[in-house]
Formats: sequence, C-alpha cells, structure tokens
Amino acid sequence: MTKHVVAPVAEIPPGTRRLLTVKGRPIAVFNLGGEFFGLLNRCPHQGGPMCEGHLTGLVQSRTPGQYDRSRDGEILRCPWHGWEFDIRTGQSYVDPERTRIRAYPVSVAEGAALVAGPYVAETIPVSVEQDYVVVEV
Amino acid sequence: MTVPPPGGIDCDIHPAIPSIDVLLPYLSAHWREQVVTRGLDELNSIAYPDNSPLTARPDWRPAQGRPGATLAQVQAQALDAFGTSLAICNCLYGVQVLFSEDLAAAIARAVNDWIAKEWLDRDPRLRASIVVPSQSTELAVEEIERLAGDQRFVQVLLLAMGDTPLGRRHHWPIYAAAERHGLAVGIHAGGSYHNPPTPVGWPGTHTEDYVNQAQAFQSQLTSLITEGVFSRYPALKVVLLESGFTWLPAHLWRLTKYWRGLRMEIPWVDRSPAEIVRSNVRLTIQPVDAPEGDALNRLIDHMQSDELLLFSTDFPHWQFDGAEALPDGLDATLVRRIMIDNPRATYARLLEPVA
Amino acid sequence: MNVQLQGTPTLETRLTGKLGIADGDIHPARKSSTDFHPWLAKRWHDHAALFGTPGRQGWQVGPAYPKSQPNASRRDAYPPEGGRQGSSLSFMQAQHLDPNNVELGILNPLGVGQGMQNIEFSAAMCHAANEWQIAEWLSKDARLRGSVMVAYEDGPLAAAEIRARTGDPNFVQVLLLSRTAEPLGSRRYWPIYEAAAEAGLPVAVHAFGYGGAPITSAGWPSYYIEEMTGHAQCCQAVLTSMVVEGIFARFPSLKVILVEAGFAWVPPLAWRLDKHWKRLRAETPYLTRLPSEYIRDHVWFTTQPMEEPDPREHLRDTIDWIGWDRLIFATDYPHWDFDDPAHALPLAIDDEQRRKFFIGNARTVYGLNAPGWPAAARQANT
Repeated sequence: MTKHVVAPVAEIPPGTRRLLTVKGRPIAVFNLGGEFFGLLNRCPHQGGPMCEGHLTGLVQSRTPGQYDRSRDGEILRCPWHGWEFDIRTGQSYVDPERTRIRAYPVSVAEGAALVAGPYVAETIPVSVEQDYVVVEV
Repeated sequence: MTVPPPGGIDCDIHPAIPSIDVLLPYLSAHWREQVVTRGLDELNSIAYPDNSPLTARPDWRPAQGRPGATLAQVQAQALDAFGTSLAICNCLYGVQVLFSEDLAAAIARAVNDWIAKEWLDRDPRLRASIVVPSQSTELAVEEIERLAGDQRFVQVLLLAMGDTPLGRRHHWPIYAAAERHGLAVGIHAGGSYHNPPTPVGWPGTHTEDYVNQAQAFQSQLTSLITEGVFSRYPALKVVLLESGFTWLPAHLWRLTKYWRGLRMEIPWVDRSPAEIVRSNVRLTIQPVDAPEGDALNRLIDHMQSDELLLFSTDFPHWQFDGAEALPDGLDATLVRRIMIDNPRATYARLLEPVA
Repeated sequence: MNVQLQGTPTLETRLTGKLGIADGDIHPARKSSTDFHPWLAKRWHDHAALFGTPGRQGWQVGPAYPKSQPNASRRDAYPPEGGRQGSSLSFMQAQHLDPNNVELGILNPLGVGQGMQNIEFSAAMCHAANEWQIAEWLSKDARLRGSVMVAYEDGPLAAAEIRARTGDPNFVQVLLLSRTAEPLGSRRYWPIYEAAAEAGLPVAVHAFGYGGAPITSAGWPSYYIEEMTGHAQCCQAVLTSMVVEGIFARFPSLKVILVEAGFAWVPPLAWRLDKHWKRLRAETPYLTRLPSEYIRDHVWFTTQPMEEPDPREHLRDTIDWIGWDRLIFATDYPHWDFDDPAHALPLAIDDEQRRKFFIGNARTVYGLNAPGWPAAARQANT
C-alpha cells in the first residue's frame, strides 16, 4: 500500500464526505466528527455508490417493540438496497461473514510532515498551515 | 407417488363432525338451546364444499354421511391402510367463521371435548389439536389452559386466514401459552372469510380459493417472522398444515432479500428468515404441488434442510390415490425423517406417555 | 498530481459490455403536480385543488406503508437540477440509459391517476399521463416507449383510452396495477383485455395500487417489508385469477406481463394450479388446457426484484422451469430496489440466454423485432 494525500482536512469538514479516485479506484472518504474513514465506493451487493449512502446508527432490539440505537453515524446504508455496513470495518451487518466493503485506512498527517516526510505529495498544493487527509491504497 | 413405509406419524388427518347434533351433549344448557332454537346450521365453511372432489377421495366417501365421520372409517382408511403409528386429528369445523366470540368459544369447547371422548379415548394411536376461538385471544388462551393437562392434545390449531395476520402482537398470548405447555401451533388451510381470500378481492371460483390458500400461508409466514414471534418465543414450533411446500424456497429468497435491506424496520429479526424457518417452522407434505421426479428433488434441494417436512395424508381430502402418500424418488433417509424423526422432533408431546 | 479530486461519481459503462439491453420497468416522475395541466380540463385542476387525489387507502398524500427511503427511490438518483428522482430525462440518460446501454426502456408511470376514488378524474388523469409521456419523454428519447395508462376500475373507460392509442408507436403496452378492487380475471376488466388484444398491445400488471381489500389475505400487516414481500402473493392471486377465470381462453392473442413482482414463485404456483385444477376442473369447463400451459404461452415476467438464493445456482433451476424466453430484464430505475444489469444475474449463461434475458425477449413481446431497430424506431419517433 502506498500513502496518497487526497485533500486538505479543511475540504472534508466533520459531517461531510468526499468521493475520490485513488489509483483508479473510487473511494468514499467520510469525516465523522474529526475521525476519517475510507470505503470503496461500490457496495459488494450490487455496486451501489456508497458515498451517497445514508449514515445512521445501529438499531438493535432486545425484544419486539424495543428499538435500541447505538453507534450514531457509524452505520452506512447503501443508497440503493439499504444494506447496512459498519463504517469502521466495512462489514455488513446482516451478513458479516460473507459481505464486506473494502475499507481503506485513512489518516490525517501534519502538513509539515508531508513536506518533509515520506509521503508523495509533490503535486498537491501543500500548505504548512493545513493538515492533509491521507488514504492508503 | 410411492407407498410410505409403515410406522409413520401422520400429522394431518381430518375426522369430521357428522352433524352439530353430536356436539349438543358437550354444550352448556344455554348454548345447547341457542343452537337448537335459533336453527344454527352445520358450521361447515366454504373452504371445503362437501361434495367437491378435493374434499374427499371417492373411495373414502361412505354410502351415507360425511367422510371421516366415524372412528371405524378413520381406523380402516387413515390408520390401518398406511400402518400409521400415530395420527394428529385436525378438526375442521367453522368455529373461526363465527362473529360472536362467546358462541365460538362454546363450540370450540364442545368440539375439543367431543374429540377427546369420541376419538382419543377410543384409539391410542390418535392425538389432536386444540380448536380455539381465535376471534378472541383471551378465550383462545382459556381453552388452551383448560386442555393443556391432557397430553393427547399436541398442538393449537389456527387457520391460514383470520381477521389479522398471525404475527400481530395481540395474538401472542396464544404463542406464550403454547410454548409454556410444549404445544406446537398448527396453521391449517382455510379461514374465517372475514376478509377476501385474496389480497385483491373475492375470487370467482372455488379453484382460486383453494389455490390461493398457499399465498395466505406465505403471508402468515412473513408476518410471524417479521413481527418477531420467534424472537420472543424461540422454542415455539409452527407447523403449516396442508399448505403446500413447494413455494417455500422462492418465498424465503424474496423475504430474505428484503430483510437484508429493511432489517432496520424490524430489528428484532436478528437471523435470516431462512434460518428462522429451519429452526422453528415445519410443513406437512400433502399436497405435493410439484411434478414428480427431477424437479421435485431439485426443489427439495432448494429447501436446504431435510428437517422441514412432516408426513401427512390429509385424509380424507383427495390429494393422491391408493396408498401412495409420498412422492416418487425421495431417498430412504429423507423418507425416514419425514415419516418419523421430523414429527417427533416437532411435537414434543408425541414423546410423552399418555395415560 | 497523483490524485484527482472529484465532486461527482464517474459513471462507467457496466459489465454487460457492448450488449444493448432492454429495461422493462422505468419510472418517470412528474416535476410538479401541475405537470398534467396542459392536458386536463380546468374542472379537474379545481377538483384536485379542492379534494386532492385520494385512492383506496387512508392518507391524503403518500403510500399506506412508509417507504424505506424518500419516494422509494435510490438516494443517488436526485437530479442535479432539483426535483424528485426520475423527474429529469437528462439525468436519467446520464445516470441510467447511457451507462447501462439501455436500447429499449419501457416507461411505467406510477401514482399518476390510476386507482383514484373518482373514476372520471382517474380516466382524465390517465389520458393526461399518456400525453405527458409523449411530450416530455417519448418524443425526446427514441430509446423510450410508453405504457397506455388506463382507469382500470372502469372497463369501458379504460378500453376507450386503449382504442385511442391503437397504432401509436409510442405505446407498447397497457399498464394496470396489481392490487385492484377485484381479482383481474373478473368480468369487469374484460373490456380492457378485449381492447388490448385488438390493439395488439400486451397488458402489463405492475405490483402496487390499493384496491380496498387488506393487502394480504390474512389481513393488514404491520410493516413495509411485509408489503414488499407480499407483492409476490398478490401477483400469484392475479395470475391465478386470470388463468382460472379464463382470460387466456377467451382472448387467445392476449399477452400479459407481470412487472416488479419477481419470478421465482411462478413454477410452484403453476404446479399447484395444474394439480388442483385437474381435481376441480368441473368448475371451469371453459379451460381446455392446463393452467401452466396458458401461463407458458401468454405470460412474461420482468425480472426485478431478482430473487437472490444462496447458492445463486438455484436460480438457474427456476429460470429453466419458467423458460429463458419468458423473462424481461428490468431495473425499476430510479426505485431503491433497482437491479443493476451488471450484477443482477450472477450465473454463467451462454450468449443466447444472455441476449434473450437482457433484450431479445423484450423485443419479441413488444413486437420490436423489426430489422434495423433501434434506428428504425428512432425514425418512427421523429
């Protein structure tokens, strides 16, 4: 895997998402309250564009009539068929063993480190005042 | 079709009430008078018109009276003819069609007491389902509690088409009572006819009515699963009686597909519908709605379990001729399961000694 | 730059490769409720403003069961210029018709006047919907073909609309909904079949609608998932009624297409019909063949929503039983349970089966097998 700088952090503020192409692969990057997640933009079921999915919580139930909601914002529903995926792991909720979206590590790197460090960033306008979103593909 | 090996457990036979007169001794003075003075007709629903070819096999029609209405007839035609070791009586009498809950409860009590005295007391091979006034959950539960001590009653009997889908929560005390007492819940073809027997209105023929019974079972299975009956009552066994079974794989493919996308609506369903069916739902084998041979075996393969089917003759309904109560080409292990193992695993009470 | 930043998804040509496909179920939507006004009498504008457009269910607006997502549509199908999913031809072209190589797309407008409380208003709306299809869609994209919308609860009114469209190459089928007031084999609907057979138009029956009866024969269910699963049961009742009440015996040239109900339920239903019809045939002396034979000769099925057995190979048995010449591929665009042509049929099949499934059967049933299609079709449209 190589690290790719994909955007300044300021361009993907918390609560937003961005569809990027990295090494020819469409990757949806989400900013959940400052934490970044990357998923292949293709639902493993029929190929729906995950970047346009609805971010929701996990609804479980102890008994019929009870709706227990947790993990707000961490479950991504495919915009087509509504299959639910864990944004942290790409794992399908209903079929965890067999269905998983390819998840990509996404991190934030210091602007200064980018300039000095190992990251390939030469064609990205680098600003030392800003931090960058980095995807490993 | 082939002849089944002897010793089987027949999970669906229909002793008939010869006439409402036989119930009079089992009714209280008030209800007895109501039946007589109001000129109550025989409570035979339109599900099985008396003379319809399906209602009774020609060679099972007596010279006089209703098919399956005497013990001697049932012994000879339904039990001895197949070497049956045990048979479950599902009495189809239009208790569920009545609109008065109290009258329905009175008739249901009479039917059950009549079955116990005139049938179960007189042949040790017979077991029965508890007929309940499903119009009232409360009265249905009362009837279950009244009879639960008698181990010869192995199941609660409901019909495929009632006023509301069977998964709806107001029916749940029935399932709680059944689970508590180790009774299965059997759902048989037929209905209250309070709603049209198709989702698109009343059909113009009896043929459609009968064919459409299978769709009612499909809807009930959807309802029981999506409402969470098996999440709430995990030990409950539901048996679909005279439902046909060849529709099951296609139905589960569709239901499971929608569950994957709509699980959030019914979060208590935390296993796939196909898995739930494999653990909690069984189907009797007659009628076999499939061509024999390769297609049927592929279809059984699609069911992905050899535990789902229970032997039944559906006596006296005309589903097959002679003693050929099983489709051709089933392997011997599967036959043994259908005839004996699966019924025993489904009906806990069949394993109990009876007094 | 080693990275390209993008604002919108790349629409790629899908795995069906160069094969042009038919889509038997596309749902165009109105941009606004006044879109039909050019073709509706002033009286009906006023009627709608005063009393709305109620059908046989409880809400003034919206379906009886809340959908899983807005307008039951894909979340990625909102046109960039605004409006609801399916309301923009240019976005439909860019998102669906072009990238999926749709060569023939059948429009099935929903919620535009069928099954309404006032039958004359319903007929006026259906007439307007037909004019609207021509003006806004069919005249602008030669790949699209329309459905004759009819107020199906009144046979003569519906038949008149069909006769008015006879011979118009814009329309390739008559559209009914599945949940009608009575089963579709009932005599009240026969004028529709008579007119359609005369016009040489197949009758398509699309899942949905509200006929007034509980949507299951066991009563009203609680959940949307039950309604969605239940369309298969409703369409079984529809097909049973059509066969047993003798529609195909009485209208021997009639073709019926069941739309958006899946298809895996068809073989078990046909087997059940055959078995019990043989026993009960004294009731239906007008039927001279097995029910399954009428189905085999007269009925087609659109594929969506494709059943997804596990293992998928089981679906091959099902299609073998139905016949590879009886299925019409459909996506249901822009609705949420859309089937993507690249993923919908994960079976190894030969080229002939693929061609039939994705385009050939549709061209046959719609009578669009003329040499030179679609070039000839474009010409006819312009």
